Amino acid sequence: MKRYFHNFGERLIVGLLTLSGTVTSLTVLLIVFYLFKEGLGIFSMSPVEEGTAIAVNKQNPVKELSASQLKEISDQNITNWQQVGGPNAPIKLFRIDDITEYYSEEELGADFEFVPQRINEIVTKNPNILAFFPEEFLAKDFPGRQIFLDNISVADFLGGREWYPTITPAVRMGVLPLILGTLWVSFGAILLALPLGLATAVYMAEIADSRVRNILKPVIELLAGIPSVVYGFFGLVVVVPLIQDIFGLPVGETALAGSIILGIMALPTIISVSEDAMRTTPRAMKEASLALGASKWQTIYKVVIPYSISGISTAAILGIGRAIGETMAVLMVTGNASVIPDSFLEPVRTIPATIAAELGEAPQGGIHYKALFALGCILFLLTLIINVTVDLVSAKKRENR
Amino acid sequence: MYHTDSKEKEYSIQTKDVHLYYGDFHALKGISVAMRKNQVTAFIGPSGCGKSTFLRCFNRMNDLIDNARIEGDILVDGVDIYKTNIHVDDLRKHVGMVFQKPNPFPKSIFENVAYGLRVNGTQNKNFIQERVERSLQQAALWDEVKDKLKKSAFELSGGQQQRLCIARALAIEPSVLLMDEPASALDPISTAKIEELIYGLKKDYTIVIVTHNMQQAGRVSDHTAFFFLGELVEFAKTKTLFTSPRDQRTQNYITGRFG
Repeated sequence: MKRYFHNFGERLIVGLLTLSGTVTSLTVLLIVFYLFKEGLGIFSMSPVEEGTAIAVNKQNPVKELSASQLKEISDQNITNWQQVGGPNAPIKLFRIDDITEYYSEEELGADFEFVPQRINEIVTKNPNILAFFPEEFLAKDFPGRQIFLDNISVADFLGGREWYPTITPAVRMGVLPLILGTLWVSFGAILLALPLGLATAVYMAEIADSRVRNILKPVIELLAGIPSVVYGFFGLVVVVPLIQDIFGLPVGETALAGSIILGIMALPTIISVSEDAMRTTPRAMKEASLALGASKWQTIYKVVIPYSISGISTAAILGIGRAIGETMAVLMVTGNASVIPDSFLEPVRTIPATIAAELGEAPQGGIHYKALFALGCILFLLTLIINVTVDLVSAKKRENR
Repeated sequence: MYHTDSKEKEYSIQTKDVHLYYGDFHALKGISVAMRKNQVTAFIGPSGCGKSTFLRCFNRMNDLIDNARIEGDILVDGVDIYKTNIHVDDLRKHVGMVFQKPNPFPKSIFENVAYGLRVNGTQNKNFIQERVERSLQQAALWDEVKDKLKKSAFELSGGQQQRLCIARALAIEPSVLLMDEPASALDPISTAKIEELIYGLKKDYTIVIVTHNMQQAGRVSDHTAFFFLGELVEFAKTKTLFTSPRDQRTQNYITGRFG
C-alpha cells in the first residue's frame, strides 16, 4: 500500500513537471503566434483611414494614386494633376470640412441628410477635384470615380523611408528609419561597450587579485540590476546636456546619447560573460605559455583570448541583444525623430521606443495598431537571429574543446 | 647572463637549504642538492611530498601562487635565480618545462612549436621553420605530423600531444628541461616513447623528471632523489638508491610498503 502511494506520488510529480513544461512552451508559442497574426494583418490593409472615401471627377483620367502621392498632394507639394499622370490642371483639394464653404447649413440639412447629394454636386461641378470624405456620405448614385489605394506591401513597409502612422488621408508606414535607428544606436553602443567591457573582463579574470575581484564583480553585477528608467533619467540629466555642450548642438538628444546609455547597460553582460569565458582557460595552458618565457600580457593575448574567443563573441552578441531590445532608456534620450540618421549627432527613433510611445494612442485593430505589432515582429526576428547566432557560436566552442 | 665558469661546469642546478611555505604550510624543508649537467635526475616520493613543488622552484613557477614564500639559494648554471635582477621570463627561456597533462595551445601544430620563438621576438620565417622542424624531430614527432602542421594540435593523440609539448619546450633551446610527471596521463606505448625520448635528449639537456612510477625512474634516470613530507630523504645514483638505500624510509617506499 505504501509502495503504491510512493509510485503515485512519483507519477504525480512527473506529471506536474511535464504539464508546467508544456504550458510554458505553449504560452510562448501562442504569444509569438499572436504577435505575427496581428503584425502580418497590416499587409491586408489599405493605408487609407478606415471609412474614408477618395474620389475624383469622372472625366479625370487618373485612376490610381499611391499613398505617398496622396501625402504629397495633401502637403501641397504636388499641386497639378500632371504630376500624377493626369491633365495639366491644378488639383483642387476637397475635404469634408470644406463643404461649409460651398453650402449653407440649411442646404446640408439639419441632420446632414443632404450631404451625399451636395458632394455629388461638388464632384460633378469641379473636374479637377480630389475629394476626401467619410464613406457614410457616399451616395448610391455617386457620379464621380472612387480611387482605391493598394494595400500596404512588404516592400513599402520595410523599405519605406517615412513613418507617419496617423496622417490623413493615407498613412505612411515606412519602417526603414526605425530599423536603421535601432541598428545605429545598438551598433554605437557595442562600439563603446565592447572595448571597455573586454578590458575590464581581462583585468578581472587575469590581473586583479582576488580581493579586488571580490569587490568589483558584485559592483558590476549591480549595474545590471539598475532599472532602465533610472539609466534613462541619468542619460537625460547628465549625458544629454553634456553632448549638447561638447558638440554645440541645438539639442543633445541624439543617437550618441542613446549609444552611451545602452553601452553602459550592456557592460555587465559583456563583462560577466567574457570574464567567465576567460576564466575557463585551463591553468595548465597559461602555465605552459609562461613556462616558455611569455610575459603575462603575451599570455593573455596569445593564449587566453584565443582560447575564450567564442565566449567573448557570445558576450558581444548578447550585449547587442540587450541593446536592441532596450526601450525606456532609449526612449528618453534619443529624441525620437523618425528620420534616417546621417551621423550619431542626430536624433533617432528605435523600434522599441516607437512601440512604447505609440501603442497607447493607436486604436485597437486599426492600421497603426497592426503596424506596431509588425514592428514587434521585426524586433522579434532581430533578437531571434541574435539568439541563433549565440547558439551557433557556443556550439562551435564545444566543438573546439 | 648564463655564462658558465669552469668551476661550476659540472653542476647545472644547485640548491642550498631551500625552504618553501604555502602560507603557514611548510612544504619544503631545507633541501640542498646538486644536479649534474647532461644527466637525468628523477624525483620520486609519495603524493604531497613536495617533489613537484621543488621542481617548480627551478623556473619560478611557484611565483604564480599568491601565498608561496621561498627561502634559500637556487643556482641554475651558476646564477642565483631568485636574485632581484633576474628577469623571470629570461629564466624560463633557459629552463623549459613539460607538464603532467599534455597542454597544447588551441593553435595549429606548427604554431604550438613556434610559440616560444614568437613570444621571444623571433620573426625570421626561415629560422622559425627550421627550428620547428628540428624540435619536432628531436621530439620524435616529425614523421607523424609533417603533413599536417597546419592542423589543430587537438587532433593529435594524447601521447603525440605530450611529445608536441616537449618539442615546444625544446624550440627555444633551454639548457634545462623540467618534466612534471610527463607520462602519467599516457598509455604504456606512449610512455615508452617518452622515456626513449628522454634518454636521447640528455646529451643536449639537463633533465629533471618528477615521477610516481619507480620503474620509470629506474629506467630513465642517472640520479634519483627521494622526497618524503617535504624533506629530501636520500639522493644517490639511481642504481645505488634502488638496490641499497641507506634510509629506512626509502627502503620502505621502493619496496612498496607505502606510497
